[in-house]
Amino acid sequence: MIRLENVTKHFPGQDHPAVNNLNMLIPEGEICVLVGPSGCGKTTTMKMINRLIEPTEGKIYIKGQDTATIDAIKLRLDIGYVIQEIGLFPHLTIAENIATVPREKGWPRDLINQRVDELLTLVGLEPEKYRHRKPADLSGGQRQRVGVARAMAADPPILLMDEPFGAVDPITRARLQNEFLEIQAQMRKTIIFVTHDIDEAIKMGDKIAIMRDGKLVQYAPPGELLSSPADEFVGRLLGPNRTIKRLNLIAVREALRSDLLPAVPSHLSSEEARLLLKGSKFNVLAVVDRRNSLTGFVRGEQLKNSSVVPVSEIAEPSPNVIEAEATLNEALSLMLGCGSQFVAVVSKKGEYKGVVTLGSLLELVKEDVKEDVA
Amino acid sequence: MELWHFISERWPTILSLTGEHVLLVLVAMVVAIILGVVLGVAVTYWEPGARAVLYLCQILMTVPSMAMFGILLPLLGIGYKTGVAALILYALLPVVRNTYTGIRAIDPAVLEAAKGMGLGEWSILRRIKLPLIIPVVMAGIRTATVMIVGIAAIAAFIGAGGLGELIFRGISRYNRQMILAGAIFISALAICFDLILKQLEYRYGIRS
Ligand SMILES: Nc1ncnc2c1ncn2[C@@H]1O[C@H](COP(=O)(O)OP(=O)(O)OP(=O)(O)O)[C@@H](O)[C@H]1O
Ligand SMILES: [Mg+2]
Repeated sequence: MIRLENVTKHFPGQDHPAVNNLNMLIPEGEICVLVGPSGCGKTTTMKMINRLIEPTEGKIYIKGQDTATIDAIKLRLDIGYVIQEIGLFPHLTIAENIATVPREKGWPRDLINQRVDELLTLVGLEPEKYRHRKPADLSGGQRQRVGVARAMAADPPILLMDEPFGAVDPITRARLQNEFLEIQAQMRKTIIFVTHDIDEAIKMGDKIAIMRDGKLVQYAPPGELLSSPADEFVGRLLGPNRTIKRLNLIAVREALRSDLLPAVPSHLSSEEARLLLKGSKFNVLAVVDRRNSLTGFVRGEQLKNSSVVPVSEIAEPSPNVIEAEATLNEALSLMLGCGSQFVAVVSKKGEYKGVVTLGSLLELVKEDVKEDVA
Repeated sequence: MELWHFISERWPTILSLTGEHVLLVLVAMVVAIILGVVLGVAVTYWEPGARAVLYLCQILMTVPSMAMFGILLPLLGIGYKTGVAALILYALLPVVRNTYTGIRAIDPAVLEAAKGMGLGEWSILRRIKLPLIIPVVMAGIRTATVMIVGIAAIAAFIGAGGLGELIFRGISRYNRQMILAGAIFISALAICFDLILKQLEYRYGIRS
């Protein structure tokens, strides 16, 4: 638990405080997202928590202990920090960068190596390929992912992440967000997360803190924020389509239907498959292999026109497939992108789970609109 | 031809004078590197000191070498010690300056990341700052070394030995071959040092 009590930071020579009388409570194991325009004091707030900046006034408590009384180095070793500018050490390899804090803490070498590989895999960089590279040989997005891995290296109970996915492309970003949320569900770290992207904030945050000119304007769970923004500023920040944004709050698996699009094993003959078409709402069947992994789709007309062959021979892959951990907003974008009425849902391992349909999304949004009107 | 004859005739002497010269330069450089890096690092923690130290080093470099030996002579006496001391003072500026500017030029985000992760000042210095400035300091070391190979010639004047002896003896005896041989060997030495250090610099430059 992190508690900020009347925290103010006044940089010398500046008219207005960068952070102005901030009061905030971040419960243990939750993600608190700081959002606000550039220069509103997000980074300053973060740096006061790990004492890179000392507050002018006020106190910050971690688990009830005043951080000013904790040795700064000890405090920081237990707080993972992803700095906004990434700041990888250019003379060290990716593995050495990630190993920084574990080494400082004196972990044994083989444990460190194991941890490095684990983290590289986690952030989607193949260990064999990237372990021995230098930061200069990586793209901006890849460097940023190394920065995240480095902050998590020694498994600190608290993470401060200053725009950790800012330079990552949208597809990778969505994947990283999903994986991050997935591991967070197990790790339950206390996380402060800065972003400019309101969709990201809604998706990642247990609570969102909206800041403006160093002040906290609203501090609420995303659902509450979307349904009742505190003022016009928050409303503008959230942007139009607040109802659609609420789709960011719901994971695909929560709207999953397993009864609308049956799966057929790949060795099934097209003739037998045709009989199953009746069970499909979209005149399409999902083809799965022995491990229940989705390998493609067959359409009704394909089955009708083909001779009797195993369905695997006429099945075609399709882009409208999404992971169960993605949000409904991402599912919607995918449907619109493919011009499809549904997206097939798979687990992280690729197992076929069912579908999410445009109809069910409209249903959800409609309920929201009713609530808003009421 | 005469020159060639002279060199082959005096080969053992020339060789031992070259050895003395190299030793003079190496001893001075080792001390200057240690002193220069320590000083350069120290002043990054104390900005007013930095200006003073860099200024002082610059002044030291502008003192004519004859005068420098003359000033140090009463303090350290005739011979090797004075020679080394003077060379150290000349070599100091490039090393101190490159150490200082090298550290100043490190991306602040890198240092902030290190600090934010919980590295102490000593760890940051040892694991981040010093490895990062190796290429810059190597460049300073090369400049200093090549420079003092030349200055060391004059150290023979106060009895510190080295190839400068050939030149001074040659002047007093009107022996042109002797002067030429001294000059050639000193130049060759400077070129050798330059090439070797360039190689080292290149290797470290690649590493970082
Ligand atoms: N070291 C400093 N000295 C003086 N002023 C500073 C310092 N750091 C930040 N500020 C000022 O404090 C204010 C808040 O800065 P901060 O970096 O916290 O903003 P931010 O919300 O993180 O912005 P961004 O989204 O652009 O990263 C700004 O007006 C900035 O100019
Ligand atoms: Mg910032």
